[in-house]
Amino acid sequence: MTRRVLTSVLSVVAICCLAGAMATAVALDRIRGDGLKEEELYLPSGAVLKRLSLGYNGLLADIYWTRAVQYFGDLHHEKAMRYRLLYPLLDITAQLDPHLIVTYEFGSIFLSQAPPEGAGEPQNAVKLVERGIRENPKAWRLWADLGYIQAMELHDYKAASKSFQMGAQIPGARPWMSVMAAAMAEHGGEPATAHYLWTRLLENSEDTMLKQNAANHLRALQVDDDIQRLEAAVAEYRRRTSQQPQNFSQLISAGLLREMPADPLGRPYTLSPDGRVYVQNPSDMPFITRGIPPGMKPAIVPQTF
Amino acid sequence: MNARIGWIAFNTFREAVRDRVLYNLIAFALIMTAAAVLVGQISIQIERIVVVNLGLTAISIFGIIIAIFIGVGLVAKEIEKRTLYTVLSRPVRRWEFIVGKFFGLTWTLVVNTFFMALGLFAALLYVAGQYTRADLWLLVALYFIVLQFFLMTALALLFSSFSTPIMSSVFAFAVFLIGTFADELHDVAQMLPGVSKFLVNGLAYLVPNFAALNVISQVAHGEPIEPRLIALNSLYALLYSVAAISFAALIFDRRNLK
Amino acid sequence: MPVIETFGLEKRYLVGFWRKRERIGLHPLNLSVEDGEVFGFLGPNGAGKTTTLKLLMGLIFPTAGSANILGLPHYDHRVKARIGYLPENPYFYDHLTAEELLEYLAQLSGVDARDRKRRVQEMLARVGLTESSRMQLRKFSKGMLQRVGIAQAILHEPQVVFLDEPMSGLDPIGRREVRDLIQRLKDEGRTVFFSTHILSDAESLCDRVAVIHKGELRGVGAVADLTSRVTGEVEVLWQGAAATPALIALGAEVHATGEIGRATLAETQLDAAIDAIRRAHAKLIAVTPVRSTLEDYFVERLGPGASTSDAPREKTGVRG
Repeated sequence: MTRRVLTSVLSVVAICCLAGAMATAVALDRIRGDGLKEEELYLPSGAVLKRLSLGYNGLLADIYWTRAVQYFGDLHHEKAMRYRLLYPLLDITAQLDPHLIVTYEFGSIFLSQAPPEGAGEPQNAVKLVERGIRENPKAWRLWADLGYIQAMELHDYKAASKSFQMGAQIPGARPWMSVMAAAMAEHGGEPATAHYLWTRLLENSEDTMLKQNAANHLRALQVDDDIQRLEAAVAEYRRRTSQQPQNFSQLISAGLLREMPADPLGRPYTLSPDGRVYVQNPSDMPFITRGIPPGMKPAIVPQTF
Repeated sequence: MNARIGWIAFNTFREAVRDRVLYNLIAFALIMTAAAVLVGQISIQIERIVVVNLGLTAISIFGIIIAIFIGVGLVAKEIEKRTLYTVLSRPVRRWEFIVGKFFGLTWTLVVNTFFMALGLFAALLYVAGQYTRADLWLLVALYFIVLQFFLMTALALLFSSFSTPIMSSVFAFAVFLIGTFADELHDVAQMLPGVSKFLVNGLAYLVPNFAALNVISQVAHGEPIEPRLIALNSLYALLYSVAAISFAALIFDRRNLK
Repeated sequence: MPVIETFGLEKRYLVGFWRKRERIGLHPLNLSVEDGEVFGFLGPNGAGKTTTLKLLMGLIFPTAGSANILGLPHYDHRVKARIGYLPENPYFYDHLTAEELLEYLAQLSGVDARDRKRRVQEMLARVGLTESSRMQLRKFSKGMLQRVGIAQAILHEPQVVFLDEPMSGLDPIGRREVRDLIQRLKDEGRTVFFSTHILSDAESLCDRVAVIHKGELRGVGAVADLTSRVTGEVEVLWQGAAATPALIALGAEVHATGEIGRATLAETQLDAAIDAIRRAHAKLIAVTPVRSTLEDYFVERLGPGASTSDAPREKTGVRG
């Protein structure tokens, strides 16, 4: 075999085999993809992992953080109702790198919120955030996260108020912390308080997922408020005219409404014959408690995550 | 032609075995397995898991280290020390040399793994008192580890064919690390926009997938390995090794020796 | 037909950090070596001798030109089976014994299994290593390694043997043995091409020599021709201190140790010198014409003015 022939043969073999190998890798990925979740059922304890990582725990923490986010994102996409591994993954991440603040922020929201928006495990969320506070005494925002869980998921407004107060005392804390503390103490369950809290959380988050979540909550509060006002206007119209309004134009003519009402996403509300106001498409308006047309399922979050 | 590859392989095997480094590593692995037994005694009910995890991980890591350091030495060191001259002045084709070295080292690693595996099964018997059907899957895990060695040896030879001993070792080790985290690389790719996503994903498929060949924790829990995975992994290791060796032969064929 | 032929064989290197500068390891070389010759390739260290040998062995690739060995391109496989090579400062696998190494290399050379063991033992005996044949190579001294190197170069009975500094690292006895070995190869009809910077070895062994310096061929010639030039001087050897002053008076270069005196003088003065010795009643021991040495040729060729154009034409050789 001359040298030139050998070179050609080797080149062809090399490239074909490499291409074949890459194709096989794709196939491998596909059949392993599901198995991956199973494997993570056997997560080692964070302490052991930290010791095993030979000092590279920061890197390992980042890897686990990525996995946690990926895990949540994947399941969320599939509208899962259970996020079994979310807490273990976040817990390991926190143990590997206790100063990775975003772990606690993420956990405070997505561990505590009810499925499918979160794991529905507010107690675990509290545990996680409390660890974060212990390890990072200067991180006043974590008190806000704790207060959020206590207020919105556990409905313990006294505890929430105390959390905001603790956080407010840390040097560097923003003034709204004390405002929040007061609001929780006196107007715990009210929408205005929730609105204030979500606005603050929206401002203070850097993570895209957390920002999106806060925005969704604010939108939901807006919708709830809108529906309430609109249905009140409808009731007023009925009181005045002893008739059901057929559409919003009538309310506008009656001076009860200034313009055609639309939801925060710009879609007009619909008025039903029995006087209820509905959102047109609840599937991209999570967290709303009013305005869901009858027979429709509770909201599912859009893919913009 | 085949005879020469055989002679080169045999000679490589002999050199490796007589090189005392190998003996030290075997001893080390035996010590590790002994440690596993001790650890297992502290936590009842999971001794089997601990022994399997620790034992297989040790076999895997030590084998990879041997594959890298000796693999790199097979060509790069021979070029530096010029032991290669008297071999290549004979009717030995350069690609025969590479292929012979490959078989020699992988054979060494298989023998090495065999003895370590004996130690592991002995430790397992000691700890669990008996063998279960689940232990058969250990053989699959060991087979996958051997496939990892094939990949790593081929890559060490590839880097060795154009680089100095030190740089070859660094490259080989780096590729091993990246290949171990191939899954994470895919995850990162998912989070990137457009072109970056495509490039990073492509890189993730280019890099040798050591993660797929690692079924240690599954086997530790006595879980079966599906036949499809065994078939695909075998195919993957075969194709990738052939590709790497072919590139190594191509590069080496054109190399001006010091 | 020449056994070794090079046609403008050249090697250039790109050096420097950015690999921009060029260094010429070997200027285009045209050389031919005949069958059965012992050919010496002379030059100071770094002249390009090893580069030439590595090119011929296919260890490095020429940037221009070509070479034939035994009528075939030098990289042809059929050639490799019929040549032997001893590299400079050979180094072998640490953990093999001499016997195992030779067996291994014999296998690679295609020596038949039946002959192998016998051939290896023969070679070990020939280079005087039978006692150390079971010792691991990492324990070998430099001289012993050199001998192993020679053994591996000839064990497959090659037609052409290439030796790079074969005497290096050997004591006088070892060098004598190598010289005998090379002579024996010549007697067996093989061609030997060896490089060295030790001229006395070349002078006694070689049929022809080439001088190379800074990558350039400076001269080629038959040793007999190069050393046959008579310088016109004679060396006179006598016994008898009495004659010494007379010879000094003649203007000769005189060295006297005890009773023995030695003088170098012009041939024209020979008669006067013999007379002086007889008159002093000293005993004339010997009269020898002084021949030019290879060293003279060497130094002359290496001189600043020398270039390939001054080299005497090759005696024979068919250019391809």
